[in-house]
Amino acid sequence: MIGIFYLLVFPGFLFLSAFGLAAEFLDRKLYARLQNRIGPPWFQPLADFIKLASKEEIIPDEANPTIFKLMPVLAITATVTSFFYIPSWSQKALFSFSGDLIVVLYLLTIPTLSFFLGGWYSTSLYSKIGAVRALTQLFAYEVPLLMSLLAPALLADTWSLSEMAVFYSVHPWYLLFNLLGFAISMIALLGKLEKVPFDIPEAETEIVAGTFTEYSGRLLGLFRLGIDIEAVVGASLLAAIYMPFGLGIGPVLGFPLFLLKVTAIIAMLSLSRTIFARLRIDQMVRFCWKYLAPLAFLQLLISLTMKGFLVR
Amino acid sequence: MHKVVIPIGPQHPALKEPESFSVTLSGERIMKFSARLGYNHRGIEKACEERTYIQDVYLTERICGICSHAHSTCFVQAVEELASLDVPKRALYIRTVVSELERIHSHLLWLGVAGHEVGFDTLLMYSWRDREAVMDILAMLTGNRVNYGINTIGGVRRDISTDQAKQILKAMDTLEERTKYYIQIATQESTLIQRLSGVGVLSHKDALKLGAVGPTGRASGVDRDVRRDDPYAAYGELDFKVITDNHNDVYGRTLVRMGELLEAYKIIRQALEKMPEGPITIKAPRKIPAGEAISRYEAPRGEDVHYVKSNGTEKPERVKVRAPTLANIQTVAKMLEDRQLADLPIVIAAIDPCFSCTDRMTSIKRAGEKRKVLAWEDLRAYSIKWYCEHGIDFTMLNRKMARKF
Repeated sequence: MIGIFYLLVFPGFLFLSAFGLAAEFLDRKLYARLQNRIGPPWFQPLADFIKLASKEEIIPDEANPTIFKLMPVLAITATVTSFFYIPSWSQKALFSFSGDLIVVLYLLTIPTLSFFLGGWYSTSLYSKIGAVRALTQLFAYEVPLLMSLLAPALLADTWSLSEMAVFYSVHPWYLLFNLLGFAISMIALLGKLEKVPFDIPEAETEIVAGTFTEYSGRLLGLFRLGIDIEAVVGASLLAAIYMPFGLGIGPVLGFPLFLLKVTAIIAMLSLSRTIFARLRIDQMVRFCWKYLAPLAFLQLLISLTMKGFLVR
Repeated sequence: MHKVVIPIGPQHPALKEPESFSVTLSGERIMKFSARLGYNHRGIEKACEERTYIQDVYLTERICGICSHAHSTCFVQAVEELASLDVPKRALYIRTVVSELERIHSHLLWLGVAGHEVGFDTLLMYSWRDREAVMDILAMLTGNRVNYGINTIGGVRRDISTDQAKQILKAMDTLEERTKYYIQIATQESTLIQRLSGVGVLSHKDALKLGAVGPTGRASGVDRDVRRDDPYAAYGELDFKVITDNHNDVYGRTLVRMGELLEAYKIIRQALEKMPEGPITIKAPRKIPAGEAISRYEAPRGEDVHYVKSNGTEKPERVKVRAPTLANIQTVAKMLEDRQLADLPIVIAAIDPCFSCTDRMTSIKRAGEKRKVLAWEDLRAYSIKWYCEHGIDFTMLNRKMARKF
């Protein structure tokens, strides 16, 4: 019974949906204010979702209906599941085992995969190009992201997110060694969430809506909700790894602190969305492998050196 | 990867007007690009022949929603030449001021569109906000934000008061400051430069060969500007530079347009200062003497040419418009050779296309073929038949509607 409550209500699907929609509102409002616009009212993301849910779903004749319908659900399921392993307002996540960092990263890759499959099987040309771009982009940002998230884990000598949170609560100053990794994973998160400058898979002026061109109604609503949840979960992961302070202060204070951390990361993402132009896919891949990956290596090197000098 | 042909248009988010482009892609690389014009044909040239000269002034103004003053001035100049009218100096100065205001509004609009095409929406929001300043000025001077209706044969219809002149000068100061800021963004913001620099290259030789006009040509080092080479209105008495650039790419076109904005502020300040007193219009005859005239005008997008042939009546015998986009559209295929799909929207946008001005109809009559004229009723019957054949049948609905009313 309590398991179902965890899964569906708190901190599962319902909480994450509400948080995701709130984060989308924050992102849109901030983006609008930075661009000298008024921006949407607070309930706009919810209103959009309800509107999409009440609309007709059109599935192209050529598309594979099973995969077409399954992919939005898969995207949401994977992101919601991964949240259970992330310590958010206490040192211990809902579930944890040694090596859950890798599982979380794997689960966070599934939405991108679902974008690819959903786009590819909807058989529209725009969707296919968008799908291929989404996958190409995945290969560019995933390696720097993985390396920059592994560096703090190496320093803490554990691959469990909860144990990492405990370690950094004991040694809060060690966080300073991970700042480079934080910057890298923020950039990689932009790629994961397909936001400017890395919104190449859904570049409106080139390929209409990319992967989502053929999606409509409830399925599109679910995909968009999935992206909102992914943003929140991605931000929570970064908050748990790079800002694990104040985790031991109990849920009453810890919960607002968690919301604050995630909000800060979402705000940083919106800011970058405002100040950059969209890159081309070749420029994006070159940037990731030429600058991001070597910097992530440097972060690994820093962590290993520090581990040799300080921890032992 | 195997080749795919993707349609850009007739309806596509990158295009502001319906026009069909078809792109053959190998992966992300463009192998072939072809444009099919004609979705926006409105038959304005033909319509001009059916109307009087004074009606045509307003009709030609509606050729383009952005460079409306360009087309009406160009037409009016041709008619004035035919009627050998001596237009008052003050009217010419007012035309010059409105024409430069229009250039400012067009170039700021272009900057926003270019920003949007490369996914930099912040630039769009900012430049369009600042564009409102010049739109307000135009509304104050002429009563309209677009399609100003200020031209008439033999002069202009509204005067500029000293109070209005003061407001224009004030707006010019704000806009100049903002333009300098945009130049700073265009030359310093790294993602924007990456998307503009080296994209859509048109060499000097190709620009000459394909007959590129306006900022598209000037960014490839083609030093041509009707305002200086064949001065009309009051341009002969004003001091300004023709901005050229040797980057040959979209980045160069951006710099040229931004430079032209700064020149436009200079021209407006001079024109307001030097503006002579006097009448703003002289009476024009209803019937224009027979003859033909060509008039050239430097529109924001390039050289605009109008040809007017008169037969001595109150309606022209022939009006021909060569809009600047027609001269520039050929360059797009050259610019896109072996480029990436992602560059396509910005390369098309970089010539600042205006398809509705460009679209013409050509009918080819083969030997022995008889010309068929469809009356309105025939055309209606034909369309009903066409839709029935394609499975769309409104017969029942029509009957129901007929019964209801």
